[in-house]
Amino acid sequence: MTFTPTDLEVEGAAGGETAGHPAPSSPPAQRRRLVRAFLRDRTAVACAVYILLIILMALTAPLLVKISGWGPYEFDQSAVDPNLGGLPLGWGGGMGAEHWFGVEPGNGRDIFARIVYGARVSMTIALAATVLTSVLGVVFGLVAGYFGGRVDMLISRVMEFLMAFPALIFMIAVLSALPADNRQFLLVVVISVFGWPYLARIVRGQTMSLKEREFVESARASGASSLQIIFKEILPNLASTIIVMTTLAVPGYVGTEAGLSFLGVGVVPPTPSWGQMIASSVPWYAVDPAYFIIPGTFLFLLVLSFTVLGDRIKKIVESGEGRA
Amino acid sequence: MSRFLFNRLLGMVVVLFLVCLFTFVVFFVLSPDPAVQICGKNCTPEAIDQIRENLGLDQPFWTQFWTFITGLFAGRTYGTGANAIECAAPCLGYSFQTSQPVADMIVQRLPVSATIAIGAAVLWLLAGVAGGLVSAVREGKFADRFIAGLTLTGMSVPNYVLALALQFLLVVTLGWLPFPQAVPFGDDPVQWFANFLMPWIVLAIGAAAVYTRLTRANVIESLQENYVRTARAKGLSPGLVWRRHALRPALTPIVTIFGMDFANLLGGALITETVFGLNGIGKLAADSITKNDQPVIMGVTLLAAFLVVVGAMVVDLLYTAIDPRVRVGSAK
Amino acid sequence: MSTAKDTAAAEPLLRVRDLTVAFPTAQGPVEVVKSLDFDVARGGALGIVGESGSGKSMTSLAVMGLLPKGAERTGRIEFAGTELTALRERAMRAVRGDRIAMIFQDPLSSLNPYYTVGTQIAEAYRSHRRGVTRRQARAVAIAAMERVRIRDAARRVDHYPHQFSGGMRQRVMIAMMLSMEPELIIADEPTTALDVTVQAQILDLLAEIRADTGAGLVLITHDLAVVSEVTDHIVVMRDGALVEQGSAERIFTDPQEPYTRMLLDAVPRIDDEIGLLRTTEEDR
Repeated sequence: MTFTPTDLEVEGAAGGETAGHPAPSSPPAQRRRLVRAFLRDRTAVACAVYILLIILMALTAPLLVKISGWGPYEFDQSAVDPNLGGLPLGWGGGMGAEHWFGVEPGNGRDIFARIVYGARVSMTIALAATVLTSVLGVVFGLVAGYFGGRVDMLISRVMEFLMAFPALIFMIAVLSALPADNRQFLLVVVISVFGWPYLARIVRGQTMSLKEREFVESARASGASSLQIIFKEILPNLASTIIVMTTLAVPGYVGTEAGLSFLGVGVVPPTPSWGQMIASSVPWYAVDPAYFIIPGTFLFLLVLSFTVLGDRIKKIVESGEGRA
Repeated sequence: MSRFLFNRLLGMVVVLFLVCLFTFVVFFVLSPDPAVQICGKNCTPEAIDQIRENLGLDQPFWTQFWTFITGLFAGRTYGTGANAIECAAPCLGYSFQTSQPVADMIVQRLPVSATIAIGAAVLWLLAGVAGGLVSAVREGKFADRFIAGLTLTGMSVPNYVLALALQFLLVVTLGWLPFPQAVPFGDDPVQWFANFLMPWIVLAIGAAAVYTRLTRANVIESLQENYVRTARAKGLSPGLVWRRHALRPALTPIVTIFGMDFANLLGGALITETVFGLNGIGKLAADSITKNDQPVIMGVTLLAAFLVVVGAMVVDLLYTAIDPRVRVGSAK
Repeated sequence: MSTAKDTAAAEPLLRVRDLTVAFPTAQGPVEVVKSLDFDVARGGALGIVGESGSGKSMTSLAVMGLLPKGAERTGRIEFAGTELTALRERAMRAVRGDRIAMIFQDPLSSLNPYYTVGTQIAEAYRSHRRGVTRRQARAVAIAAMERVRIRDAARRVDHYPHQFSGGMRQRVMIAMMLSMEPELIIADEPTTALDVTVQAQILDLLAEIRADTGAGLVLITHDLAVVSEVTDHIVVMRDGALVEQGSAERIFTDPQEPYTRMLLDAVPRIDDEIGLLRTTEEDR
């Protein structure tokens, strides 16, 4: 399983507890100090650089493919050996000047091109799901925490229900039952529907404690509306928590997308995605290991980078708050 | 206490009902033509008509849903006359592609899934708790940082990538392990162990990483509790302080998430079972996705939901038994 | 406890000299206790008074050898003729709990919620007295609970901390320490977390135990009203350093330092409601 709800839950609980007492205000000086602390952390910077490279790669995919010479959907029968069931010719799955990362066995599609285009799909889905979950999580968390009472009870029940759900298998069920026309969009929706409660729960808890604080009281006394209080007074104080939680959530979504595509309910071929590339490499792993090693490594490093980055940001924010 | 139990049971029933409803809606209402979906890829118009009639798809939604729910408890009969198909309780559905009740298919696969889940659980509990303890004791030292690196890696490696890499390395290149096959324990214990070792490792690694982090955080936190200071002030030996006053509070929350994770795994090891070709419930689900055998997917989904909900319930009860603050109400 | 020989009678039970506790920080070591000297006479009761952050709790933890990680302790702590700073951890453990006992501010968090109070009282006794059976230790626990006047002790011994009220929990803590018959009792803000009426009961109990057992007492508090009732000698601390010390009577009637006078002003008198207000402010 690439996505166990408890993974996120644990991270969530830890994140919530550590960022449990947000500073009443985060002046720019403090922010600058956090940025400096971040830049001094070599591992964190390395992870950020890798992520930026992948994003850059995804953005410039058409250009890169022009340079490498092969598109993601072009077959190259000259690169595979039909006598060996379509095994790529040459060392490392057909790596060379012609095909930088080799070719897919069988049809001879260029792996570099598919990696580059796969990055587009994977990143788009993961980032879109992150944005959607964050919005849902923050809004529902704020509303539940600020208004309390029945609204809170309703939202909390829904959250409990969604968190008690076997998310992965249900995503599979939903995706397999629904038509495959717009899979990427569906993937984002399904991942988000099951993802938002983990953030919302923490936002809710913090909102509940923040709304009792003096600066909120004084804003209320001076006649600010609920909306103004929520967005102007409470939300800015949740910034660090939200940043930490979302960074920690991205790797989960990258993994979930890849896992679902791996199982055949995610991105539909021939559109490339890393998970789906790995899935199609399963029958070939013994004879053409490069076919799974390349997308596997890209995927692993991306998830690792996001995880480490989230971890480091959390630590930096924590120590920053500890000193503040 | 009995009131708590009753509320908990009621909550469980409600959640399960909603899961059924949710699943049912997804498969029979949102789906463009359930009969076509259920029939599968190689299907004749006659078969589709047959299924449509058997399932009563022309009936109103609530009637269909009611038949489905009663089928869970009392079993149901699909169709009438000579073509009638019996589906004994608990009827999770009927696979028209394989001509088998879904429940039977699941029961057949259960031993393999249970073996995989139990083995993996033992592995990740041992590794996670041990790793967490070592990290906590050596906080900030080399061992702690080393383990932290391992856990981040363990959390990040997608398990199918790990599965393929392990197979390539241990089976193909080095030849240390056989290609996994579900050999019954009674036939050849050594073979059995060798076959299941890789799936166990693959499934355990992510959870082990999470448990390591959790254990570490909990132990470090509980060591700062005032009652640990009291225990030291009483002159207890460090061993006693650790065993009685730091570990018990630190490890109790682990029980909570363990139950959930285990239940999750029992019905949800789709990827690992598929990659290793082990015929468990997960592989059943994955195969059904490929064949588009909807009733089976739905049945497995329901089972997985049931396991998770029951798992949560068991955990709650266990927690109650472990934590005296919940078990014994305050009687001042 | 009356084994004190005549020669030792003049010698104090606890003699602290030049005690300094420092924490290393990026800006160099920060001293939280600065070169402190004080004595506790045999059977005497010493009050250490100061506001929060004055280093009084660190002083008590330094005596117990329970300072947080990273803290550095220098100076001498002589207890009944033994230099505690020279003891190895194992030897110090034999002193802790058995000969010097300590009770803390918050009795709820100071008791482990997972074990019955009986278990927690008995475990100290069993770890210090070899060959004590479970049953004997339980009897000791019940006796100790009866001694601190917990009613129905034979039944309450099997209750968990959350089943007791705040004052009763503190009684449990005192029973825990009492079961060991210590020579020195260190009480760190033992009444701060309690209601005013309960505070008086706990202080009476401490005074009574001291009178019964002849044990020495160190009472640490921010509240001069508390020490006035039970102690005969007072040490006033501020920012880790000694402000002044002397007999309780002298400190109350003739304070030498303005800081002491300020603390004295905060002591509530029956006819002084403003004073009461001030102490509650300080409680925060």
